[in-house]
Amino acid sequence: MSRNARLATVLGAFVVAVGLVVAAVAVYLTPGIPGGTVDFTKSQPAGAPVNLTIQTVGSIGFGAHPTWVTYMVKSPSGKWVHSTDWQLPANTVINVTVLQFDSGSPLRNQQWGQASGITGSTVSLNGKPFSTYDSYTGNGVGHTFTVPALGIDVPLVGISSNATNTCGVAPCGTNYDHNTITFSFKTAEPGNYPWQCFVPCALGYLYGNGGPMSTQGYMGGFLEVVR
Amino acid sequence: MAADNAKSEVNHIRRMTTWWIIISVVVDVLYWILVGPHVPPGRMTESAHNNQTTFNVLMVAALPVLLGVWLYLGYAVVVWGSKRNSTESVGGEAARTNRKTQVSWIVITSIIVVILAGYGTVAVIEEHGSGGGEGPNPVWSPSGAAKAETAALAGTATWSPGSKNVLPVQVIAQQWKFTYRYPTFGGFESDQLVLPVDTEVAFNVTSLDVIHSFWAYQLSIKADANPMVNDVAYTGIQHTGSFVVRCSELCGIWHGSMYNYGKVVSQSDFMNWATKTETANAANTKLLPPFAWTYVPDANGANGGLYPDGNKTPYSTVEVYGSKTPAS
Repeated sequence: MSRNARLATVLGAFVVAVGLVVAAVAVYLTPGIPGGTVDFTKSQPAGAPVNLTIQTVGSIGFGAHPTWVTYMVKSPSGKWVHSTDWQLPANTVINVTVLQFDSGSPLRNQQWGQASGITGSTVSLNGKPFSTYDSYTGNGVGHTFTVPALGIDVPLVGISSNATNTCGVAPCGTNYDHNTITFSFKTAEPGNYPWQCFVPCALGYLYGNGGPMSTQGYMGGFLEVVR
Repeated sequence: MAADNAKSEVNHIRRMTTWWIIISVVVDVLYWILVGPHVPPGRMTESAHNNQTTFNVLMVAALPVLLGVWLYLGYAVVVWGSKRNSTESVGGEAARTNRKTQVSWIVITSIIVVILAGYGTVAVIEEHGSGGGEGPNPVWSPSGAAKAETAALAGTATWSPGSKNVLPVQVIAQQWKFTYRYPTFGGFESDQLVLPVDTEVAFNVTSLDVIHSFWAYQLSIKADANPMVNDVAYTGIQHTGSFVVRCSELCGIWHGSMYNYGKVVSQSDFMNWATKTETANAANTKLLPPFAWTYVPDANGANGGLYPDGNKTPYSTVEVYGSKTPAS
């Protein structure tokens, strides 16, 4: 083999090795978000409020982790999608409706029982407004919708632990026991804003923060705010 | 011949030493004037300012050493380098060993290291831990800190513009956000960190779940946040401005998002903010557990159980976050 051929072989092998490493890292860093990103930027005329409907379910009932708690989102076409990555227009009012099918408990930190960062500072729970929810009373808080970088926090009050008509497989219909929680917030400038549930609700995981709490696509995701 | 060699060696050393002193003085002065004031972490707090000074002192001490090595290396290559067709090894006779040079190098660098170790130790002691977490029983506390912290637990701590009282602030880490309690103002909790200028602040850092670390870089404050441990760090706030708080302990999926911005404002602005927030959050503050330095984080319905109750705090018994019984 000539010197040039050897050199080409070595260079080629090097390029292939580097490519494999880069591909492996890329695959590792992009585990894949169930349902991908749901785009709400074209669902209404520019500047008009966006309606965002989501639901929380105690166990998703399908997929790789059927027992995991999760959020789901209703796409602009009206279909429930297993995604926590939502694309929203910047500087726009977002009207959120949460259908909460999960039960609740006292918060680890009652601070998350105080609604903040939303329009008017009040949340509607089945038509009744509140701004601070005492998680030690009633059904407790099942989950929160919290966007730390935007200062948004909304406690999602749980359904009764004695409820009998509960939903076990997502997406859940409104014929099952649930709470309807509504609120509005205004998106900020373009950027990726992580959001998460601040209730350590991962059943079966140490201190409740593993599994669905630590896997994107279940109890946390991104608001992709674009212009 | 031997006398000529000795004379030549002395000349080399004198020449190198002269150049080294001139270059070192020039570089050190330029560094101190042009670079020093811009070295992180800045001058927002007493500990930041002191740490900046310490970094600059270290650099001023290290630069002559670096320059000495470079100068010696360059000089040796140029003057004592092997000549073409030379039968002598590189450096000649003088390169094989030079006990005077070896001893000088070891002695001088040892003296520098010992002096800097002493300087660093004095700095840590005089600057109340230099912004680092000192654990639940701080060895180096500013005047009035123990009194303010004890009063905070009793609910009798006071602070007002011009009072010169130490201001205790509690940092509560949880996956994945920091929140802050102000015991001097009824113990309200907020996701905002606002501090008054010209005030000594005692940060009491703890966690409700895993290990985090509270790092306010511009304040030069860094303290680990461990569950069931109160890690105390002090600093004196000197300038207004904004700063960033980051978690510096890998703590899970959203660790990279566990940051927030804080601000240092005038004492009157801080008083306004604190009293307004105390009022606005009053309904929720009633539901928080009584103020304590550490809390037992309840696993909260997630099949995890409680963290062990260490009951180790020197100030009070622990309080439970997420207990089934609300705070009295």
